[in-house]
Amino acid sequence: MGILSGLGGFKVTFKQIFEPRVTKQYPEEKRPKPPRFHGRHVLNRYPDGMEKCIGCELCAGVCPAKCIYVRGADNDPANPTSPGERFGFVYEINFLRCIHCDMCVEACPTEAITESKMFEFSFTNREDAIYTKAELLVDQEGSARRLHWEDWRDEDEEYTSGWVRATAPSGDPAFQGVPGWSGELGFGVREPERGQSDLALEEATEQFPLRKILADRISRKLGGKVR
Amino acid sequence: MPLEDLSYNFLTGNIEKLVQWARQASLWPATFGLACCAIEMMSSGAADFDLARFGMEVFRASPRQADLMIVAGRVSQKMAPVLRQVYDQMMEPKWVIAMGVCASTGGMFNNYAVVQGVDQIVPVDIYAPGCPPGPETLMHAILTLHEQIRTGEILRRRREVEKSYHQIGQSAASRIVGGAE
Repeated sequence: MGILSGLGGFKVTFKQIFEPRVTKQYPEEKRPKPPRFHGRHVLNRYPDGMEKCIGCELCAGVCPAKCIYVRGADNDPANPTSPGERFGFVYEINFLRCIHCDMCVEACPTEAITESKMFEFSFTNREDAIYTKAELLVDQEGSARRLHWEDWRDEDEEYTSGWVRATAPSGDPAFQGVPGWSGELGFGVREPERGQSDLALEEATEQFPLRKILADRISRKLGGKVR
Repeated sequence: MPLEDLSYNFLTGNIEKLVQWARQASLWPATFGLACCAIEMMSSGAADFDLARFGMEVFRASPRQADLMIVAGRVSQKMAPVLRQVYDQMMEPKWVIAMGVCASTGGMFNNYAVVQGVDQIVPVDIYAPGCPPGPETLMHAILTLHEQIRTGEILRRRREVEKSYHQIGQSAASRIVGGAE
């Protein structure tokens, strides 16, 4: 045996050569994010360009990290910023405090604040991390402002509309089949998920639960075979 | 003759570029995992994200062999002197990444037990937001640090460089505010 017996230990090593590679080449490509991923917030607009935020400060109240600062102000009747009486005059989020728990999204009565899938950003000082309305508010087309220190890709804007809200009718079993979000923004509209829709609708729209999506993705990564 | 007295000529200029390239391509992090961020830090070193692509696969247990301290997790008041000692034991040049919101500002733990940001103890170069930041966010922070090292000056002290970056950040922020609406 002698020398060859030492090679037996390399059996696993050599077998790995023929296995599919799992490394994601991050700066070139991103791994796909799950549909409910919580990333950087955006402040949405209605399709006519009006801001959705009404300055009610519910998001600031519910935030466990106390990272949101909102001040409302009365709308100018001649030139309103948002429909209704008040609008968010100041809206700031400190992303070095935010834990992306999505509770502000659940609390928001008008779906003004939602979370995108963009999570790849970093700061060189603490002041840069405080995002104001200038950075958070979407542009007139409804897509997020892509700041130059953030690593946006096109898929990061998918499914940005609000998920089920605590005040949504779909929290009630009697409202099965009624999505709890409106998707009025025109992009990032989510289809109903299992438990939020009836089964017939689910088969018709071919929407599958998250577990199925992830299982498909893993088996695709492994080249179609499951270990 | 101290290096500061050398005039900037062809030779020293190219050596500076070479040194910057060598520094950015071989950062060795010190293991300083304190909480759940350490799990993400470990997974960025593992096969799926593979920090070896950036020349930093070895997480050194000894601070004497490390260039970069990734403070991963919340720093309690009791841990703060230990963190400072590990930082002091590292050789110059050295850099610090505050990984996660707890290390950066204290995050949601705004109480008497947690240090409200490790920049009260050590100079931080990059802050990575998130709770915890995913491996991609950590890699984004690392790549930002690479860019700082590549474009920085090798003989300047960190505080001056930091100050100049701060000015760059402020001018960028003013551009955004001016461009909106």
